[in-house]
Amino acid sequence: MAEETKVKRKRIAATGMMKKIMADYFYEMDKAVKAGAPKVAWCTSVGPAELLRAMGFLVHFPENHGAMLGATRTANDYIPLANAIGYSPDICSYLTSDVGAYLKGETPLSKAYPGIENVPKPDVLVFNTNQCRDVQDWFGWYSREFKVPIMGINTHRGVREVTKSHIDSVARQIASLVPGLEEISGNKFDLERLQETVDLSLECSQLWRQVLETAANIPSPFTFFDGTIHMGPAVVLRGTKTAVDYYKALLAELNDRVDKGVAAVEGERYRLYWEGMPIWGRLRDLSEFFAHLKASVLASTYCNSWIFDAFDPKEPFGSMAKAYTLLFIVRSDEEKEKYIEDMVTKFKLDGIVFHDSKTCPNNTNSRYGMPERLRESLDVNTVTIFGDLNDLRCYSEEQSKTNIEAFIEQLERK
Amino acid sequence: MVLGIDVGASATKGILLNQDRQVVSFYVRDSGVDFKQAAEDTRMNCMSTAGIAEDDIKYTIASGYGRRSVSFADDIKTEISCHARGGYFHHPKACTIVDIGGQDSKVIRVDDAGKPISFKMNRKCAAGTGAFLVETAARLSIHLEQMEGLARGAQKEIELGSFCTVFTKTEILARISEGACAEDIARGVFGSVIKRIIEMDPLTGDVVMTGGVIAHNPFLGEMFEKKLNRKLFVPEKPQFAGALGAALFALEQSGG
Ligand code: SF4
Repeated sequence: MAEETKVKRKRIAATGMMKKIMADYFYEMDKAVKAGAPKVAWCTSVGPAELLRAMGFLVHFPENHGAMLGATRTANDYIPLANAIGYSPDICSYLTSDVGAYLKGETPLSKAYPGIENVPKPDVLVFNTNQCRDVQDWFGWYSREFKVPIMGINTHRGVREVTKSHIDSVARQIASLVPGLEEISGNKFDLERLQETVDLSLECSQLWRQVLETAANIPSPFTFFDGTIHMGPAVVLRGTKTAVDYYKALLAELNDRVDKGVAAVEGERYRLYWEGMPIWGRLRDLSEFFAHLKASVLASTYCNSWIFDAFDPKEPFGSMAKAYTLLFIVRSDEEKEKYIEDMVTKFKLDGIVFHDSKTCPNNTNSRYGMPERLRESLDVNTVTIFGDLNDLRCYSEEQSKTNIEAFIEQLERK
Repeated sequence: MVLGIDVGASATKGILLNQDRQVVSFYVRDSGVDFKQAAEDTRMNCMSTAGIAEDDIKYTIASGYGRRSVSFADDIKTEISCHARGGYFHHPKACTIVDIGGQDSKVIRVDDAGKPISFKMNRKCAAGTGAFLVETAARLSIHLEQMEGLARGAQKEIELGSFCTVFTKTEILARISEGACAEDIARGVFGSVIKRIIEMDPLTGDVVMTGGVIAHNPFLGEMFEKKLNRKLFVPEKPQFAGALGAALFALEQSGG
């Protein structure tokens, strides 16, 4: 009988180092809040973190906190609280779980990092709508709650070709944040410091790309599921030397795996792409499920979202604007399709798993016929899983697994 | 001899096949709440009808919602692959197989060789499944088995527009208060199931229909044909297509 055998996941040795980095990061912010300095800025995942760091802020990323709420499977304790105050169950469940957790006065940080009681209170909230409108509403709620200033960048969406006018308008908006940030931080803007930060972000991004590209090897030493964990420093510490050092260590370990032919999924038979948000509360379960089917989900749009090739320290504002606008999520379907086609070739993929994430239409690309078009153009199999990033009320375990299993059976018969 | 067993959310079906791919015996019962028991009972009944012993079964494949509960199976396969296989066995051409089950519906496209090209399962709710019929029958205070006769005897089809089963029940209430009769509403309920399926896929080429809903409600098939304006291919025992597919896989995997 084909019992589901427990699959042992291969441990990445650098995990220990990453855990320490993340702990230091949160403790440093907690200390700063308690001491009143340095100031803390909240930033969206692709907000102008480089500028904030260069201005001397410590930077908290609520989306990272949202992902923690999902991964610890506590999100569903909190989402209803935000729903009850008027934030619909249909909108971003990072927003609803994060706001709900705040309303309840709880955070997974206190369990993970003893001594930390709250999320770090912000001195300023800085968003970028390149990914969605929800972030602006999310930060708006906290701005009213904490009575702290909110500022941000409103960018273009569905961009086909990124032109000079796109870049100029975003660059101007980033530059216009400077006076306000000077006032809040009490620090004068220093171009050199921004250039250094952009340089470090570039280096971090290049290393992160190399880490992800080790998965192009057969067998792949690294999976999407590993990526969702190990992208932590690239998300919260880009623009710092700590992140750069971490990815050097991780890359060395993965290259060693490649040299030795070590597979992340023992007996890798199928190579898959994950399109869409992770289902945070089911990461481990899905990772084991795919591994048991000998399928390595090894590349994704999601982990790639922290690759910014366009950073250029010589032109910090313009290149930040360009990097943020070149991002997959900001682009038109034509551009997105070209991108995925390249990924399928580069990573030698057999199929694409689309995650239709109920509360994040922005990171869901299966609703306008894309799977069907890619099936035609690439002769690649696709499957769509219905779920959500955090709200497990939207996820049916049995349906999803049957779909995945049937998908693999389809690949077996191809 | 091989056994295919399909433990669905509503019914458990079993089929014994001989080496020549002929059906030796079959059995169906409610799945109930104990899938293990339902599977065991189905196997025993298939064996006793065929007059064979356990050792005579060379290979067993379990499918369906409760496939993992079948401890005596040699392997498992999803109901999607099994319905594709079973549907194609009846209609060995490139075709679209539509299975309307108790708790979900599937649309599977297979190529000339019977290989699945793509498949879709309905989303999370009951719309377009047998569960929708159960719910609406309760609203109409009739037994599920009466639905077919009522729908067949209707003068017209009442339009029911909602995706949601609860909303549909409210719609039914509204139609009742407007004086609509049970027959016309029953036909509307069938019409709603059909709409939900048509929304899933363009249903190109020959359409083969399987599953318990069509087995118990052949009139739904007739309505479907009218809507599609095409002949529908329904196997003799549509409810057993998944079990048959499982048995065919079992034959293949046992080297038969
Ligand atoms: S992109 Fe999606 S997940 Fe991210 S903040 Fe916006 S709605 Fe939420």
